[in-house]
Amino acid sequence: MPDRLRTPLGLSAAALLTLVLATVLLAPVLWGDRADAVDTANILRGPSSAHWAGTDGLGRDIFFRVLVASRLSVLLALLSTGLGVLTGLLLGAAPLLVGARLGKLVTAAVNIAVAFPGLLLALSFAVVFGVGATGAVLAIGFAIAPAFARLTRTLVASIAERDYIAAARIAGVGRFRILVRHVLPNIGEPLVVNATVAAGGSLLAFAGLSYLGLGVQAPSYDWGRLLGEGLASLYVHPLATLAPGAAVVLAGLAFNLTGEAIVRGIGQTTPLFAAARRRPEPRPAAPIPSAEDVVLAVEGLRVSFPAAGGRHVTPVRGLSFTVRRGEAVGVVGESGSGKTLTALAIAQLIEAPGQVHAERLEFAGQDLRQGPTRAQRRVLGTSLAMVFQDPMTSFNPIQRIGRQLAEVAEQHQGMSRRRAWERAVDRLRAVRLPAPERRAHQFPHEFSGGMRQRAMIGMGLMGTPVLIVADEPTTALDVTVQRQVLALLEDIRATTAAALMLISHDITVVGQVCRRVLVMYAGRVVEDVATADLATKARHPYTRALLAAVPHLRTDRDLPLTVIPGRPADPADAPAGCAFAPRCPYADDLCRREDPPLEEDLAGGRVACWHADLTAAPPAEPARAGEPVE
Amino acid sequence: MNPLNELSFRDVSVRFGGRRRGVTAVDRVDLTVPAGTVVGLVGESGSGKSTLARAAVGLAPLAGGAVLLDGRPLPRTPGRDEGRRVQMVFQDPYSSLDPRMTVGASIAEAAPRGDSATARRAEVSRLLDLVELTPERAGQYPAQLSGGQRQRVALARALAARPDVIIADEITSALDVSIQGTVLNLVRDLQRRLSLSMLFISHNLAVVRYVSDLLAVMYLGRIVECGPVDDVLGDPQHPYTRQLLASAPQPGGIPAALTGAEAALDTAEPADPHHPPAGCRFHPRCPVGPLVLEGRDACRDTEPDGAGRRHEAACHYAVRSSAPTAPHNTRSTP
Repeated sequence: MPDRLRTPLGLSAAALLTLVLATVLLAPVLWGDRADAVDTANILRGPSSAHWAGTDGLGRDIFFRVLVASRLSVLLALLSTGLGVLTGLLLGAAPLLVGARLGKLVTAAVNIAVAFPGLLLALSFAVVFGVGATGAVLAIGFAIAPAFARLTRTLVASIAERDYIAAARIAGVGRFRILVRHVLPNIGEPLVVNATVAAGGSLLAFAGLSYLGLGVQAPSYDWGRLLGEGLASLYVHPLATLAPGAAVVLAGLAFNLTGEAIVRGIGQTTPLFAAARRRPEPRPAAPIPSAEDVVLAVEGLRVSFPAAGGRHVTPVRGLSFTVRRGEAVGVVGESGSGKTLTALAIAQLIEAPGQVHAERLEFAGQDLRQGPTRAQRRVLGTSLAMVFQDPMTSFNPIQRIGRQLAEVAEQHQGMSRRRAWERAVDRLRAVRLPAPERRAHQFPHEFSGGMRQRAMIGMGLMGTPVLIVADEPTTALDVTVQRQVLALLEDIRATTAAALMLISHDITVVGQVCRRVLVMYAGRVVEDVATADLATKARHPYTRALLAAVPHLRTDRDLPLTVIPGRPADPADAPAGCAFAPRCPYADDLCRREDPPLEEDLAGGRVACWHADLTAAPPAEPARAGEPVE
Repeated sequence: MNPLNELSFRDVSVRFGGRRRGVTAVDRVDLTVPAGTVVGLVGESGSGKSTLARAAVGLAPLAGGAVLLDGRPLPRTPGRDEGRRVQMVFQDPYSSLDPRMTVGASIAEAAPRGDSATARRAEVSRLLDLVELTPERAGQYPAQLSGGQRQRVALARALAARPDVIIADEITSALDVSIQGTVLNLVRDLQRRLSLSMLFISHNLAVVRYVSDLLAVMYLGRIVECGPVDDVLGDPQHPYTRQLLASAPQPGGIPAALTGAEAALDTAEPADPHHPPAGCRFHPRCPVGPLVLEGRDACRDTEPDGAGRRHEAACHYAVRSSAPTAPHNTRSTP
């Protein structure tokens, strides 16, 4: 049993299921004769040491009859579940198998069938198929099928549009093969879970049908039939009814708990940890005096998360930088470099179990290291503007854009509803949204991507921001719209003197707007360089490689592109030395042993490289792409 | 002229949805991918470039026109017969490989059937080697690979069907910049070695320029300009091409300020494909169109045709070509 199922729930489910299955297998063999032994001397007796649950109208032992009946009861329940699941699977996968047009008809029929209550369906099927065990199996099976078909249909639809299905179709893989090889393995888990739960349900339904006389017929007997037989003497001899009832409950519980345990096991893909408590920070001896015009001062910023095995992953490892009033600073790095976490840490948006440590984290003169107080929250709310990559997910989809902007002013500036709305419209005008009065009444989905990003920037302008943090604000936009949004950010920075921190994976985008670029690699700043010097004076091998690797409109098409060998650093696996060393053509033993500090150079930039002076000359052997290194 | 491995779109339209509320994602597109060349296709999101790609492999239904391979129409069921000669590589390597299948099984599945198990294994090794991966990768699952490696596997799977034409739909846009270069180099190298015809789709002009021989620009379901890549980028005729070119970030930190005419149209949003504008589809955003210059009313009510203009630019004010239309886009008379 995998670890994930080793919970109290999983263990009791397993124990119960084992008990039920063992009874199913062994009871008829061990006690079949005793259950059928007629004893006319002891008819309708109460419980005794010889007959634990008493005897029935022919003097047969009810306890053993209940045990023996488990085989037929469970078998029939499983049969009908199997029938229902198979029918449901075929119906649900019909659109995939027979094509869209016919599939639509099947789906419509299934949708109608789902509307009928299962037991009612089973009852009417039972009449159609005739009274008896076979009829009941068919009845319950077909009653389960619609719900299962519906589930299958939904699951299939969720992955039928995946590219790997499309790729298989283009490669000429047949429909049935696609269903078996690509679709079913990827939707199997929820189906198995639901089938288990359905088995519990059909057990109950079968008992119900047999009890009503529509199921198993004498001389065969299952729990439902025992229930029916015992009911006549309920008041004299209650155990004759209660014993089969308890058996139904127990077996049903075994199936349902197993299903439940599997659900939990699947759902819990990432192990939970006790939320790490925020450790009190050591107070610095004396506050470091900050220059007048520094908006944001960060020293030794670390962001870490607990990981499997009690370790900690630290995607941001000791970051230091300052942003001055009205300055535009770019942050460039690949996925996993920690650039987004840095932005979130500044905005105090890292939630437990994530932990933020810093020797210094000051925004607009406020020390943010102790977690925001009420006053600081207010400062953050009005002075810090955040713009995210996907504005569709940053807006509430069911609230009007104007309302969402106005809320900021109501919350942080205590404006009245009316004045806040007017300010919202004014701000939308400031970000050059056409027809702001009308647009403010619209919902986020009525905006195009570029307009939503403008509105997001407008939201940041509801206060009087001194810093705008824009995390990949144009990555989801088209190049023409990207240019408009960048121009807008630049315009706002110039007119309001707010500082801009522009985070991007694209060094050329950052170069459009920013004066200074921080290049991040594996959670550290490896270079801090003026944009104007990027092309000529960048000193870190990573910065230079990044510049060379991005094709631009003047790249020589006859030469292969310069590549950076190896794969981007993994935050979970930070090496002892320089994180870029495995990919660096200049790396030597020193690089692999010790992480170079970020040191200021004469030109006013900063670089973290032991060989920053060497990089002006090309490395002896240019790096070549290939499997061994990636 | 030998038309071997030439993929062409003839008057292709693709519609989604009903008659009244439907969208014409691709509208009467003519485009030819000549044998052994790479045609780059650029355009913004919603311009229909991915739909055109999906139409080529039968994943999108045609509302009109035909997709031809060597002059013969391709079957409309994906992967059937001749259709296998056109294969596609998708944008997102995380969703284009079945997470429950090993790399080897994914590739082998696309290989022509009928080979023995040993032959298939050898073929998988050969393909992995072709995309610069070691044969041991065959036993691994996609989750064990990086994004760049997955895209190589996706490429190997496409090649397994022994295609003559490859459709590459934004294959590097989900990759990190440091990885993008290795995949682009590989694609270019393979295309030349196997002399594949290729339709290379990207929103990134610089990437398209690096890989392609010819360049087609798409706007709102129509091709607005098409020609040899250096000609089109060196002397763009359609104002939309010019705008794309101006918007592409340049190294060296040129400020993102907008020019006068552009600033006037700054807030103009991409047109809604559900309601394409009458006349020239680009006119509400055009810096040399009726909203900026007087007397250009033709743009509002007549749809321009690229015939007879340089790079077949579909603009009323594009320069007329003196030379006869470039051979790569000659329409064969039926």
